[in-house]
Amino acid sequence: MKLSFVDALLLNEQSERLRNAAKLVLATGEVFSGYSAGSLAMRYSNQGGSQEGVVITGEIVFNTTMAGYQEVITDPSYTGQIVMFTYPHIGNYGINSKDYESSKPWLRGIVTRSLENRTSSWRAEDTLESWLIQYDIPAITGIDTRRLTVCIREQGAVGCAFGTAPESILLEAAQREPGTTGADLTGIVTTDTVYNIGDPGNNYRIVAYDFGIKRSMLNYLKQFARVSVVPATFSADDALSLNPDIVFLSNGPGDPAALDIQAGIVSDLIGRVPIFGICLGHQILARAIGAATYKLPFGHHGGNHPVKRMATGRVEVTSQNHNYAVSGSSLESCGAKVTHVNLNDGVVEGMRVDSARIESVQYHPESSPGPHDSFYLFESLKELSR
Amino acid sequence: MPKRTDIESILIVGSGPIVIGQACEFDYSGTQACKVLRQEGYKVILVNSNPATIMTDPDLSDKTYIEPLDLQTVQAIIEREHPDALLPTLGGQTALNLAMQLDGSGVLEANGVQLIGASVDAISTAEDRERFKEAMLEIGLVVPAADFAHNLEEAESIALSIGFPVMVRPSYVLGGAGTGTAADMDQFRRRAAEGLASSPVHTILVERSIAGWKEYELELMRDNNDNCVVVCSIENMDPMGVHTGDSITVAPAQTLSDWEYQQMRDDAFACIRRVGVETGGSNVQFAVNPEDGSRMIIEMNPRVSRSSALASKATGFPIAKIAAKLAVGYRLDEIPNDITSKTPACFEPVIDYVVTKIPRWAFEKLPGAPEQLGTRMQSVGEIMAIGRTFPESLQKAIRSLEKGHAGLNCDTNERIYDDISNDQLLSLLSEPTPDRVFHLELAIRRGIPADEIVRRSRVDSWFVKQIELIVLARKAMEHMRESGSGIDFIGKEGWLYLKKLGFSDLQVAYAFGITEQEATGARLACGAYPSYSAVDTCAGEFAASTPYLYSSYERSGDLPPSGKDRVIILGSGPNRIGQGVEFDYCCVHAVLSLRDAGYETIMVNCNPETVSTDYDTADRLYFEPLTYEDVENIIREEQGYDSDTSKLLGVIVSLGGQTPLKLASRISSDLILGTDPGSIETAEDRGLWSELLKKLDILQPLGGMATSSKEALDIADEIGYPVLVRPSYVLGGRAMEIVYDTDRLREAVDEMQSVLTREGAAEEERPVLVDKFLEDAVEIDVDAIRDATGDTYIGGIMEHVEEAGVHSGDSACAIPPPTLDEGIVSLLRSHTSRIADALEVVGLINIQYAVKDSDVYVIEANPRASRTVPFVSKATGVPLAKIAARVMLGSTLSELKEEGLFHPAVPSGHFSVKEAVLPFSRFPDVDSLLGPEMRSTGEVMGVSNSFGIAFVKSQLGANGKLPAPGAVFMSLADRDKQVSTGIASTLIELGFSIAATAGTAKYLEENGIFVGIRVGKVTGSDDAEDGIFGSPSAAVDARVGLSGCPDLEFDDDHRLPSAVDLISAGRIQLVINTPRGRGPRADGQYIRNAATAAQIPCITTIAAARALAAGLREWYNSSYSVTSLQELYEGH
Repeated sequence: MKLSFVDALLLNEQSERLRNAAKLVLATGEVFSGYSAGSLAMRYSNQGGSQEGVVITGEIVFNTTMAGYQEVITDPSYTGQIVMFTYPHIGNYGINSKDYESSKPWLRGIVTRSLENRTSSWRAEDTLESWLIQYDIPAITGIDTRRLTVCIREQGAVGCAFGTAPESILLEAAQREPGTTGADLTGIVTTDTVYNIGDPGNNYRIVAYDFGIKRSMLNYLKQFARVSVVPATFSADDALSLNPDIVFLSNGPGDPAALDIQAGIVSDLIGRVPIFGICLGHQILARAIGAATYKLPFGHHGGNHPVKRMATGRVEVTSQNHNYAVSGSSLESCGAKVTHVNLNDGVVEGMRVDSARIESVQYHPESSPGPHDSFYLFESLKELSR
Repeated sequence: MPKRTDIESILIVGSGPIVIGQACEFDYSGTQACKVLRQEGYKVILVNSNPATIMTDPDLSDKTYIEPLDLQTVQAIIEREHPDALLPTLGGQTALNLAMQLDGSGVLEANGVQLIGASVDAISTAEDRERFKEAMLEIGLVVPAADFAHNLEEAESIALSIGFPVMVRPSYVLGGAGTGTAADMDQFRRRAAEGLASSPVHTILVERSIAGWKEYELELMRDNNDNCVVVCSIENMDPMGVHTGDSITVAPAQTLSDWEYQQMRDDAFACIRRVGVETGGSNVQFAVNPEDGSRMIIEMNPRVSRSSALASKATGFPIAKIAAKLAVGYRLDEIPNDITSKTPACFEPVIDYVVTKIPRWAFEKLPGAPEQLGTRMQSVGEIMAIGRTFPESLQKAIRSLEKGHAGLNCDTNERIYDDISNDQLLSLLSEPTPDRVFHLELAIRRGIPADEIVRRSRVDSWFVKQIELIVLARKAMEHMRESGSGIDFIGKEGWLYLKKLGFSDLQVAYAFGITEQEATGARLACGAYPSYSAVDTCAGEFAASTPYLYSSYERSGDLPPSGKDRVIILGSGPNRIGQGVEFDYCCVHAVLSLRDAGYETIMVNCNPETVSTDYDTADRLYFEPLTYEDVENIIREEQGYDSDTSKLLGVIVSLGGQTPLKLASRISSDLILGTDPGSIETAEDRGLWSELLKKLDILQPLGGMATSSKEALDIADEIGYPVLVRPSYVLGGRAMEIVYDTDRLREAVDEMQSVLTREGAAEEERPVLVDKFLEDAVEIDVDAIRDATGDTYIGGIMEHVEEAGVHSGDSACAIPPPTLDEGIVSLLRSHTSRIADALEVVGLINIQYAVKDSDVYVIEANPRASRTVPFVSKATGVPLAKIAARVMLGSTLSELKEEGLFHPAVPSGHFSVKEAVLPFSRFPDVDSLLGPEMRSTGEVMGVSNSFGIAFVKSQLGANGKLPAPGAVFMSLADRDKQVSTGIASTLIELGFSIAATAGTAKYLEENGIFVGIRVGKVTGSDDAEDGIFGSPSAAVDARVGLSGCPDLEFDDDHRLPSAVDLISAGRIQLVINTPRGRGPRADGQYIRNAATAAQIPCITTIAAARALAAGLREWYNSSYSVTSLQELYEGH
């Protein structure tokens, strides 16, 4: 019997993946071919491999970090999104129990050039793929991620669908995908109840609003404080009743413009307690003082963004993950000072209102993944409450 | 902060000749620095002894000194030019060491010169292993258990306390020279002694060996505001134990989690801050235990290094250029990123591809050197390849090496591994050799479990498992073939799959047992062809504005050309012995000249060390292997952009050495610019060539062409011995040999044919040439340019110092010829023009002549750029390669003269001498005798108004020092003895005393020369150059002569100390050892090797000895002067 190359390759079970072709389609019509990965193949076969196939949809963003995929995948801020990694080999060092940024992955799916089951690390406890299957996260691999990056760069974070369904169905699904614009996604990821971490005997107390908080933020905070983690819509009075030295506003997914309730709560807190915000927390804080937010074309997602700290002129290489940003001109009119600026595109990366003792940054001083250049901000947080 | 205005002039120190461990990456970095500092308005003064560099082009600096890089010379330049600052961090270890000497001797202070880029304190903290270790412990980093020894005794006790295996590292040395691992005390004593000798401060570090740990390197930049960035992380596929310069390395790091990587980054920043490198680039090396991730810091370089060149090419971030800007006060955030042109340089590049670097070694040129890799660097060059994944990048890298591999095996070359048994293979895996990566593939293919392979090789399992993908694909092709499915069944998906793993058409052809052409045809029929993506520093996040491109089998085409007529220039690939930076120089000149003339220039090359692969050299850069398939793909891509208004005019193949020339015959002939490839064939084809010379009535040595050893013997019988044998199609004297008898001739021809087979030349028959060897002839090189109208310009006539028989690349040579009379010179000129006419050359031609008894013989002609083009251009001020490139595109010499491309020729009265630099100190077991096989890695130039001084400068440049007055050991072949008396008396006059073996001593004494030291034989055999010397009175003489070295012991037989004893004891400052012809020469080799080991000059030809003696006399009798090229060309 004559064999095609792919037939011949499939004689070896290690090439199994090639049996499961899948496609990725953007709302703008571009089509990419790849193979099912993560739980996609399983979902397909669970469904009996039906004609309709599996469709995964979400707003697609790309992340340029070359390592740190486990932290990215478990970062609640990616809720509602499909994350594409620009680095081609993802999964090289497997998955371990230390690099979780939350209890599980929240994103809708991941896209890679080459999803590696061939792992090597003394830290590895699982392979990326079997872990994705465990958490039912679908993935597509073998994608020309460079071309996809250029599409996203040129068209913005568009609706996207991938799966085993026919192209036309995928296209329709991608076009129907509403994206994160106008979406309050904090409810999905926030804690249901208040919980405390850190040394119970510590007099220094932080109330941390969980809009989708990353574990590494809490790990930093609990080193010097007793932290009460509260739900996204925890009222200002309830928060104040916990006698915090400072209120911390976490990162989180979705559009800050949709978070009127949260902005209202924060606005109630301003002036009564020092407040420090990171990422979505920064955006909510900005809204609380009356500034505006807007959606960036394709956001900042990576670990190499240069941010200038205006006070010293020093540049930090920062970890970033945001689709939305605070308008610089609106901040000024609200009496806030821009403290940090992104050198790539001038986006506001930090602000401060001295009189109100509020301060926030758009990027991630806790890194994870990413450089440690901005740890000083946790010191700055402490100072704010002195 | 803007740039500094308190300094106006800056002295940049280059790195000197290309040597192992310090190659043309410093031409690249120095060139960037000169360009950028001049743009910033500084007066740039450059000193470098290497003429074959772009940085020494007179238009890159205000003052260009091609002078030796020693304290005295640079002091003279400083006193003449009064620079405000010295920038020492872009010229490798050479520049750094020189800066330390200039500081230590007070020259900088006395002349008010400040060091910029790195402080003395920072340099010594980084370079002095003792201080470095203390500094690192102070900031809490872990270093391997170690201690410093200043003598052998100390060393032994440290080794005992640490336990074996231990590593010996000498302080202040380059490229790991003198470094080595020792498994027991015996081995350790040897290593330690060597290490102490090679360290300029006689200090070694004895440390715990962490061989087998994973090895990483981070490339950093820091500015004066303490902004720090990592430009690139590099992971070595070869674990600790192999010098990083000899390792296969990959960027970015593949097997570190972000958690581990960020800690390493923190450590690297802590290191650069503690060492105190305030501005510029540095690299920091780490070892990581694969079992538990524990990390140690190994070393840091407070300067731009080979790895920085690699990191720059791997990411698009121009480290050297930015380091130069930082040195004059700029901050990282004030410098734009040229690649995106919108974002600043203060960021960390991210990439969306994998870069693999593989070193290229030259063991075949260095018989006697074991093909074993270790902690001292031995490679002479390297290549880099970019692929979307590691397998693709690895296979592209392997085929870029030009070592006869079409990829990772699956090619005709792999048959040499067929006979390896599985047991042998297992033990080979644990031996780091240049072939290890091929052994890895073979082991996987034979089904040896990955765990076992990892355990043996200590190569991280991630790499091994990635190679497994290549093996699986290859097996699938074999299954297809077995099932009778031909190549047409691969299908487009199959082709793309194979191509994305980096398979070449040649490999696919091999798997299916068909020709490359058939495979390519099948692939194109499926529509599987590559597209080209930009290296953009940002993984596509921002649009790139600089077309620095690599191929992939995806569809992400970036950056079309601008719409001008385009020219492709094929580069020279990896540096190797015989094909080095000289050819890159020619290619870069072609780019510059064609750019100026309004063409869009396209460079293709895969050598990350070079100026040609800088993103701002050519208009478009393809970083691709120089194989037929890869080049043809680029031609197809570029032709795809042809329009009514602009098109691809053609390809220049004659400037990059043999690499592009080998491709010429397969590239469509109407695309070849310049001399027709047919003419190259004529010059290479023995029959056609002889016929042509006969027609021109020009002499050539008798000879013939043989395809078997029998034919060779017949020819030799007819023309008489000695004969010169060589393959007909070579560069750098590959396997060239002078043969004196039939036995050796038979062997030599057989060896040559097997080498040719290995190099893949066997597809077509490449016969061996057998020529009468002209003994004692003077060898001449001529470089010339001919235009299409038949006008010829003689660029330079070079007279070799060494007689014919020493490879021209290893021989010193001078412009103008110091001993030739006017008649010979005009004969050389007319021969050159007539040969160029007859070959219808359009562009460069190099012709080698031998002059014997006023007869001029042509040895060979090469209608292409030669190794000497840069030297001639520097010596005369006329940029030959620039002119040649224009001529190839149709300009005439007279038009170009009018355009002003011919600078006024250098006024007579100046001599320029080129000297070769040899790698023997790296290969202690290799005989340093010069011969027809080229072994030099680089060259230097000396300039003066006297030939003697120019020659001495060239020696100073090549060796770093002149022979200190003391004892000169002479052991000469009979034919050289007559000349030796003059040399000996000159040296005595200069304060040397003579040491000689019996025969030479006898001859010298009979001719009135006092021989102070009698020297015995090394071996017990009778085969020394001299007869046996044994008279008791002579032994007494010897003892008298040796009164200065009481520690030498005489054995009971009153045996005289041998030359090796004396050299090793440091009693000899200069060796002149000329061997008689061919034959047993054990003594001579021991002597030369001892000289190499003791790092004293060893001269092996009488002509060079004569030139040195005469030169030294002038040198010591005249005041020292230095001259810049600008003065030279202006005729001051």
